[in-house]
Amino acid sequence: MTSTGTHHERPVLGEKPDTGGPNRRPLARRARDWLTAFTFTVPALALFGLLVFAPILYALYVSFFNWGGFGAPSDFAGADNYIRLLDDPVFLGDLWRGLLLILLSVGIQLPFALAMAVLLNQKLRGRAFYRMLFFAPYVLSEVITGVLFSMIFAPDEGLADRTLGTIGLDGLGGLWFADQDNVLATVFLVMMWKYFGFHMTLYLAGLQGVPAELHEAARIDGAGPWQRFRHITLPLLGPTIRISVFLSVIGAIQLFDLVWVMTQGGPDHHSETMAVTLFQFGFKRYQIGYASAISIAMFLISLVFALAYQRFVLRRDTEGALTSMRGNR
Amino acid sequence: MIPTLRRKRMRSLPVHVTAWGVGVVMITPLLYAFVSGFKSTDQLSRNPFGLPSPWVASNYTDILASGAFWRMLGSSTLIAVGTTLLTVGSAALAAFALARFAFRGREVLFTLFTVGLMFPFAVAILPLFILLRTFGLLDDPWGVILPQAAFGLPMTIVILRGFFREIPGELEEAATLDGCSPFGFFWRILLPMARPALGTVSVLAVVASWNNFLLPLLVFSEPTWWTIPVGVQQFQGQYATDIARVFAYLVLAMVPALAFYAVAERQLIGGITMGATKG
Repeated sequence: MTSTGTHHERPVLGEKPDTGGPNRRPLARRARDWLTAFTFTVPALALFGLLVFAPILYALYVSFFNWGGFGAPSDFAGADNYIRLLDDPVFLGDLWRGLLLILLSVGIQLPFALAMAVLLNQKLRGRAFYRMLFFAPYVLSEVITGVLFSMIFAPDEGLADRTLGTIGLDGLGGLWFADQDNVLATVFLVMMWKYFGFHMTLYLAGLQGVPAELHEAARIDGAGPWQRFRHITLPLLGPTIRISVFLSVIGAIQLFDLVWVMTQGGPDHHSETMAVTLFQFGFKRYQIGYASAISIAMFLISLVFALAYQRFVLRRDTEGALTSMRGNR
Repeated sequence: MIPTLRRKRMRSLPVHVTAWGVGVVMITPLLYAFVSGFKSTDQLSRNPFGLPSPWVASNYTDILASGAFWRMLGSSTLIAVGTTLLTVGSAALAAFALARFAFRGREVLFTLFTVGLMFPFAVAILPLFILLRTFGLLDDPWGVILPQAAFGLPMTIVILRGFFREIPGELEEAATLDGCSPFGFFWRILLPMARPALGTVSVLAVVASWNNFLLPLLVFSEPTWWTIPVGVQQFQGQYATDIARVFAYLVLAMVPALAFYAVAERQLIGGITMGATKG
């Protein structure tokens, strides 16, 4: 439904408002309406402008300076911070690890969540309990989850290594957060524990919209369970799946709390994310200019992804809140 | 009858086993933390899997007897309530204007807010911190409440606007004819009708505030206003060697969130699906 393509659908600037009573309202009345509407938005606009937009614009400004955070930024650096970014193995590594986490989420977590949703959509004893249990970790804060799992995956002493030891696999112990090659996979396991129930819940809501008669009719026509899933459930669940992929990608790009609590990005940057790098430079090393460049890069990546996704993937599903300016009332 | 029933049972066996298996994986970390909290750390390292013998309640009771835990609970609650009132209040006013008035620039404004859905705290955290420092809002609950409210606005406005638009226009015309001002209509008719939607967005705002970590971590350097997530992280650092105590602390820190989930499950799940389909 995005309307960026055809011109006649867009309202022309200066055109009369598309709804709201007779078109020839007196100017005074229109001005009064505008004033009323504007007054209603003032509190939200003030909060949003001052605490969301202004800081981001300020970050953009600061990203062109070398700055330690005190006094006014004065050491103008041009694009140096951005050039340094493209040459920083940690930042490039962040991008790579972010991509890996996205691939793991979309390739493993979401299909798993979908399978569990289909499973819990049928009659099953304890279904309500399972649904509640699987969603529950989503309600816990990332910090509680992170501390819990940093103890469970603690080398030798943690539950995971103890279990391995009991079943005679001691050799595999100590390889969770402490190991450079496994740390990211372990972080992903925790993410899956915490978030798959969220996606499952979205899918379960989507499955409510799949009419039972369709399945019944297909069954009568001789379609097996897999065929019915492939040709009825999956297509009808399309919009929900596309939204859940979107949320999953944005979540992976912005991942911070879990990683910070469990590994602080280590060992040797092997689980570091963009947000962790930003935090390190901003609040530990006081290179505010460089950290700001990272935050702007993070914002641009999110925004470009969101716009592209809206434009090419979601356009069938939504009103295109991000890309269209259409008066869609 | 009986053979078909049995066949049905056999066929659903793998389904039961899968659900049960995943359930065990999900619940084990929580149960393990709960049970371990009743052991001494020494006992925990000798007997990691079994039930505690003897059961040691002192980890739990010590924490509950300390003022620090209750102070954190209080400040988490205060901040969550403040954030929710401010977010939902200002978002409802804005959503009303964006849903029921046709004015020039309306869609631009709405787009501006929806772009805000893309802003995580991390992106703005540096300048936000500098801003809060400049205004003297560090170590002040407003320093967390105000930014949280601002970052909660986009989702709340998107959901509420969708809801407000579904309320028939005739109602507004009738109210206007009866001499109702726009604000009167908003306050006396629209808000009461939108109670379910307001409940939903409030629950989302409470959960987001309750779990927020980065902002309170940076804003509160003194323990006075520490929220639960900040406290949990500090506690882990402080008692790194006393693992059983940290488990007990984690469990107690989970209780309010899980209790809230048990009470507000419907609003929470409704809100999440609504946010995903309308956002």
